[in-house]
Amino acid sequence: MYRYSDWDETFVRARVAEFSDQVERRLTGALSEDEFRPLRLMNGLYLQLHAYMLRVAVPYGTLSARQMRALAEISEKWDRGYGHFTTRQNIQFNWPKLEDVPAILSALADVEMHAIQTSGNCIRNVTTDPFAGAAADEVADPRPYAELIRQWSTDHPEFQFLPRKFKIAITGSAEDRAVIRAHDIGLRLVERDGALGFEVIVGGGLGRTPILGEVIRDFLPEADLLPYLEAVVSVYNGLGRRDNKYKARIKITVQENGIEAYRAATEARFAELRPLFGGADRAALAEIAAQFAPPAFAARDAGAFDAAYAADPVFRAWADTNLNPHIRADHAIVTVSLKAHGQAPGDASAVQMRLLADLAEEFGHGELRISQYQNVVLPHVARADLPALYARLKAAGLATANVGLVSDIIACPGLDFCALATARSIPVAQAIALHFDALKLEHEIGELELKISGCINACAHHHIGHIGILGLDRAGVENYQITLGGDPVAPSARLGDRMGPGFSAEDLIPALERLLLAYLDLRTDRSERFIDTYRRLGAEPFRAALYQTEAKANAA
Amino acid sequence: MARAFQPKVLTANHLRSGAVVWRTVDGRWSADPREAELLTDEADAEVLLLKAQGEALEVIGPYLAEARPGLQGPELVHIRERLRATGPSAGLRVTQLEAL
Repeated sequence: MYRYSDWDETFVRARVAEFSDQVERRLTGALSEDEFRPLRLMNGLYLQLHAYMLRVAVPYGTLSARQMRALAEISEKWDRGYGHFTTRQNIQFNWPKLEDVPAILSALADVEMHAIQTSGNCIRNVTTDPFAGAAADEVADPRPYAELIRQWSTDHPEFQFLPRKFKIAITGSAEDRAVIRAHDIGLRLVERDGALGFEVIVGGGLGRTPILGEVIRDFLPEADLLPYLEAVVSVYNGLGRRDNKYKARIKITVQENGIEAYRAATEARFAELRPLFGGADRAALAEIAAQFAPPAFAARDAGAFDAAYAADPVFRAWADTNLNPHIRADHAIVTVSLKAHGQAPGDASAVQMRLLADLAEEFGHGELRISQYQNVVLPHVARADLPALYARLKAAGLATANVGLVSDIIACPGLDFCALATARSIPVAQAIALHFDALKLEHEIGELELKISGCINACAHHHIGHIGILGLDRAGVENYQITLGGDPVAPSARLGDRMGPGFSAEDLIPALERLLLAYLDLRTDRSERFIDTYRRLGAEPFRAALYQTEAKANAA
Repeated sequence: MARAFQPKVLTANHLRSGAVVWRTVDGRWSADPREAELLTDEADAEVLLLKAQGEALEVIGPYLAEARPGLQGPELVHIRERLRATGPSAGLRVTQLEAL
């Protein structure tokens, strides 16, 4: 894992000192709220519905055990004993006091973490595949590039006042687990004729105008990454609209100018920028890459795993849903679900965070990841250790076998926490999870992505859920609109189709039950996932199930 | 004809703690919305709001929220305001769920 250089350490400490001074000046009245607001946002501090909220960057979703412990301690000392992991691989503390924030940032700096650029119109924390460096299907590890982008974008003088926020996602695998087409820039490492490069996608984003990104460069030599990114963002900085907040994201800039014009402008800027980089970026990358060397794996006999898998159906159910293939056949990638039926998706208590840190040290080379699905990943666990790991997780209530199933719901904080929300999402997620658990249907239903956003800003990515739910305010009453058929995974990524009138909170769950029972009737067999059946049959039979109307003739 | 003024309460967040507070009849900021002053006159409400905007060392983000008279004091009309008063409805917090 990456360790801070002296430069990083000095920079982060200086920022803590600077912000501490700004807080002090706010508290004594030397700064007005209007003056202070942009300063606190640059340091990740929001004012939400009930309190301040501090968003801490988990750099490209990677955490060491030591960092996870520090997050637990912060949550106990200055918050309410838990943290909320987000769809952007970050963690949010929901109850910090303004006067405590300098101390929190200082505690974060002690473990090489910060909250810089987790808000504001700048380049945000880069997200990546939570299985990076461990996935069996990886072309190359994206994390060194993610760290390079972090260093390049942090305090980048040209990009501190972009027209709007800017999000970059990067994956190194054929299977896209970083949702690259829903980002301002999406990067996918590819190999061509033995050379490593990037497929570069630009102009994706969800929110009130969902658009999937388009390929701007199908093969960018990896050595050209930073000058090319700088060119893309530089063109956006010039062309992007500042007159209308809702038309300010790069997705609109690309749509308004056309991808061809955007590409031409980017290439022209790239030609200017490329000679200016002078190799410093290459030297930095070489230093960074050395720090992402794989852990010292030991060959282990997986017999204990095979025996437990054969003997214990509960362990088998967990292994079937929560494990992914590792680069080494004798290891596995473990996803720890933070979606126990009935809990708030993505919340972890301090006790759980500490346990996960301990387990990462005992069984997983001290590494943890946060996934876009708001779960925690132990990327390198020997199969031989899985039964013991499972037992420890189970004792702590962390062994829910539901990864990728209907209760593995992505939910934004919604109206329970968020000042922008129009409806609640967490209680809806809790109710859906409890309902399908009670019916004992979720393993029968199989792979399903259900995502719930509490407003049109779409933090939970409902547009790309197999089932997407959008909570709205209809004359003071929460109302939930359903979209079906979305798919987050490039290259087959697709935006969902809006079904029809929304449902009240009470009517929503029966509607979802009808929908999923209809799917069980309609699918060819268990191997046909909900999204596959939807693709095969189209919206009509599902719409009919939702609204209890006769399916149109073409569904027959 | 302009729509009749709907009664309001004045609310904000406490600067230091971030806690949600409401303006009382005697000019304090209270954590209990039932103690809030129900403002039935638009001009009075606007003046109080302006005054609160000047209290930058005590509160941030003051605004007027619709309320109606209730038996125990003002009742907040909109669900957002009610949730802001009661705290997150997501009943099952992870810290309460675990029996570790």
